[in-house]
This record gives sequence, C-alpha cells and structure tokens, in this order.
Amino acid sequence: MRLRLALALALMAATPAAAERLVTGLSEDNVSITASFDGSDILIYGAVKREEPIPGGPRLEVIVTVEGPSTPVVVRRKDRRWGIWVNTQSVTVDSAPSFYEVATTGPLGRILSETEDLRHKISIPRKVRSVGAPQDVTDSQAFTDALIRLKEEKGAYELSQGAVELSEQTLFRTDIALPANLTEGAYETRIFLLRDRKVIDRRSEIIQVRKVGLERMVYRIARDFPVSNGILALVIAALAGWGASVAFRYVRS
Amino acid sequence: MQIYLPIAEVAVNVLVLFGLGGIVGLLSGLFGVGGGFLITPLLFFIGIPPPVAVATGANQVVASSISGVLAHLKRKTVDFRMGTVLLVGGIAGSSLGIWVFNLLSRLGQIDLVVQLSYVLFLGVVGALMLQESLRALMRSKGSAPPVRRAHHGWVHALPFKVKFRTSGLYISVIPPVVVGVGVGLLGAVMGVGGGFILVPAMIYLLGMPTKVVVGTSLFQIIFVAGFTTFMHAITNQSVDLLLALFLILGGVVGAQVGSRFSGRLKAEQLRILLALLVLAVCLKIALDLLLEPAELYSLAPVRS
Repeated sequence: MRLRLALALALMAATPAAAERLVTGLSEDNVSITASFDGSDILIYGAVKREEPIPGGPRLEVIVTVEGPSTPVVVRRKDRRWGIWVNTQSVTVDSAPSFYEVATTGPLGRILSETEDLRHKISIPRKVRSVGAPQDVTDSQAFTDALIRLKEEKGAYELSQGAVELSEQTLFRTDIALPANLTEGAYETRIFLLRDRKVIDRRSEIIQVRKVGLERMVYRIARDFPVSNGILALVIAALAGWGASVAFRYVRS
Repeated sequence: MQIYLPIAEVAVNVLVLFGLGGIVGLLSGLFGVGGGFLITPLLFFIGIPPPVAVATGANQVVASSISGVLAHLKRKTVDFRMGTVLLVGGIAGSSLGIWVFNLLSRLGQIDLVVQLSYVLFLGVVGALMLQESLRALMRSKGSAPPVRRAHHGWVHALPFKVKFRTSGLYISVIPPVVVGVGVGLLGAVMGVGGGFILVPAMIYLLGMPTKVVVGTSLFQIIFVAGFTTFMHAITNQSVDLLLALFLILGGVVGAQVGSRFSGRLKAEQLRILLALLVLAVCLKIALDLLLEPAELYSLAPVRS
C-alpha cells in the first residue's frame, strides 16, 4: 500500500513544480456525532512532491495541527477575602479553540523557529489569543497559562512530539484521536512542511464534525423552538412521573 | 455505556445518569424536597456545564415531584388548599427573586451570594431540624406526652382565616403566603425549588403535621420547578432533553421507592435524616469556601 502510494506520487511528480510541495489526505473528512459517539480516530497522511533529488542539509520535518471552533473564554481566579475563597479577578481570552492537537516529527522547539511560530500560530500558547486584560490584572499571562493547563488536563489540548511518522523524507502519517466530548463545527487541519526550522509549504483541510440523527433533532428543537422544547420537557417529566406511579401501583397489586 | 448529550456536548455514562436520577428521586419521595440542591452540584461534578445542569436538573425535579405527589395522593397526604396558597406566594417570590438574581449578576457577585446563602440557610435549617427532631425522638422514647407544635398566639390573631382540613389547621392565609414568597425568593436566587426550606417552614412555622408536609411540599415544587425549567428553555436554550430523559427515568423510580419508605419510617427519624443530609451539603459548601482550592482558576464561556 505504502509502496503503491509512493509509486503514484513518483508519477505525479513528473509535472513541473517548484521545490518541495505537500500532497495530503484524510481518512475521513466527516465526523458524525451519534448518541453512542465515543471519539473518533482520524488518519492524516501525505507525501512530499519534488522534482529534484532530496536536497542535503537539515532534515525535513512535518507538523500537523487540528483545531476545533474558537470562542472567547472567561478565566476566573479565586482569592482569599475575609477568610473565604471567592472569584476576584477575571480575564477574557478573546479566542481559544475548543480542541487543539499538535503532532510533530520531533521536539517543537527544535524543528520550528519563534518567528515562524508567531506567523503561523502553531504552538498551543500562540494559538490561544488574548488581547487586552482589565486594568486591575497585572499578570494576565498567568490566566492564559491556566486556561492551557486546564484544557490540557481535560485532554482538549495536546502536543504530541514525535507522533508524526516520516519515512524516506517523503511519506508521512499520523493518527489524531478526537475525544468523545466534541463540539460541533468545522475542524481545521493544517499540515506544515518544514526544513531548517522554516515552513516551506502548508496545506489545510477541513474535517466537518456534525451531530446526526437523534442528536441533531434534539439540538435543533432546543435551539429553534425553545418554547416547544420547554413544553416538551415538562410533558416528558409529567408523563414519566405519572407512568412510574401507575407502573408501581400495577406491580404492587 | 457512554452517551453523547446534544446540548451539554459531553459524553457520559448512562448508568451514572440513572443512578443520579434515582438517588435524587429517592430523597424526593422520602423527604418531600425536590432535590435541586443535590442534583445541580452532582451534575457539575460529572462534567455537565452549569447552565445545562441547572435547567435540566429543574426538569428532573418536576418529574420526581409528580411521581412523589401521586404516591402521596393515594394516601391522602396532600393538602391542596395549603399547596395552592403557598404556590401563589411562591410564584410572586420567585419573580422577585429573578429580579434580585439579575441585579446581583450585574454586580458580579452572584456566585458568592449563592454559596453564602446555601451555607447560611442549609446550616440554620439543618441545625434547627436536627435539634428539634432529636428532642422529639427522646420524648417519644420516654413515653412523654405527644409532640406539641409551637402555636404562636399572634398567628391566630391574624385575619383571613381559612380551614385547611387535610392539615387540620384553621389559620390565617397570611403566614402561608409569606412563607411561599420567602421560599420562592430564596429558591430563585439559589437556583433550587426550595423544598428544603419549605418543609421545615411548614412544620415549624405553620405547624402542619409532618405526614401532610411532604406531599404538599412536592405539590408546590412541581410548579416552581416547572416554571424554572420553562424559563431556562426559553431564555438560555439549556434544557437537554436527552439528559433529562435519563435523569427522569432514574428519578421517577427512585421517587416511588422513596415514598414507600417514607410511610414506614417514623416522622422524627425522617426529619433527622433530612437534617443530616442538609448539614452534610452545608458543610461541603462551607469547606469549599474556607479551604484553599486545589485549582484557583476556572473557565466559563462568555455569555452574549
């Protein structure tokens, strides 16, 4: 399989192109959230297309990122006031992805330069954006760090160094595990090709994560018909309460 | 078996949901409390986002209360007239409470006020109830004269007297309405049905017999919790029907079992158990406030 792919790519490489370019693919570009959804593994693979022989010098490196929809998030901090712990300060982080996974061929600091990270926003701290903090907060960085730490503990953010396999400086693949607690939306997948700590090519693909079937129905009713949803919730509660009462009477008699 | 909840957007174990619903239902049938003060923190604990937990928890309270009331109805231990009077006060108090809630939210200290009122009310109610019921239990063991409820002279001097036949009371409607308003107000601010305040208030302030208190309290809670669910469904779209369904299925069964047990236990024992439960929750919240938390930071979505 791998050999056949290499062969096909070698043939494709016959078309003229500049330097080294990425050709990528996903095992799935649609993830359906059903009632029994408990996560999904996505294979992200590809190859480096080139005309000339593999150049010498520093090794080729690959970084793959997958990110969920971004939203603003409030980070609150507790402090001791009059003997009790209360939320005192808060910082709004303007944009934090609901999910962010970075997979690389090697240690991120070694294969990617600061400037390139800044430009492409690859590492987790660069991805989480915080513009301004309120006047009373002097250490806003601590809040952003806390957000990343909490998200990492929940498994929503992860940096997997060395998770991308690159063979013969041409073929690469990695598995990204999407957790069960997934938010609906378009998940952008970015693949970066690097040499000498610089990005020399990039590709982007979209994985659509959507609720289907019963999940979709329940979600749409709640969002589009809130009044009916409220009535429905109460009717279900009433029927269930009455049903249990009748059932128990029947069982006892 | 895991299930993905469409509104909460988390996957949780179905058996855990059944279990939680069942425990809360059991308490509801046993004590006549809706269980809002338990279900909401428990849902937070298994990772349900707070707005969804509050709204869906209220819906589960409706179901287990209905199930409980029907069981009490057969034993003729629901005072509808008293329940309705309390409810009228309750709805008024609840509307006032929502206004207070919004005011506190704007001031940015709602979390603290909610926690402090939990500690204060759960602590006072729990301690009073425990003390009184222990004393009552001692008395019944020592074959002393039957428990005499405190009848305040001034309560009987009030106008608009009504006969509450089921409760065996002939008192003015003013005290029940005031109790209803107070409970509705606290319930809306604290995000609970208010059963744990209502039950002792009915016993100690209105002098109702414990047997009638449970069914009547459940009757009132159905409507208060129903009102809360409906408001949340409309304003925040945070009622998760799938989550509600599993909690409810567990809850209604628990409520039936609970109300069977409540017929077998002595009133004093019932009150001691409820008092201990209320005190345990109070202690937990107080410790959260007093001890340095392991994690000082918390995340919340930005509300538009």
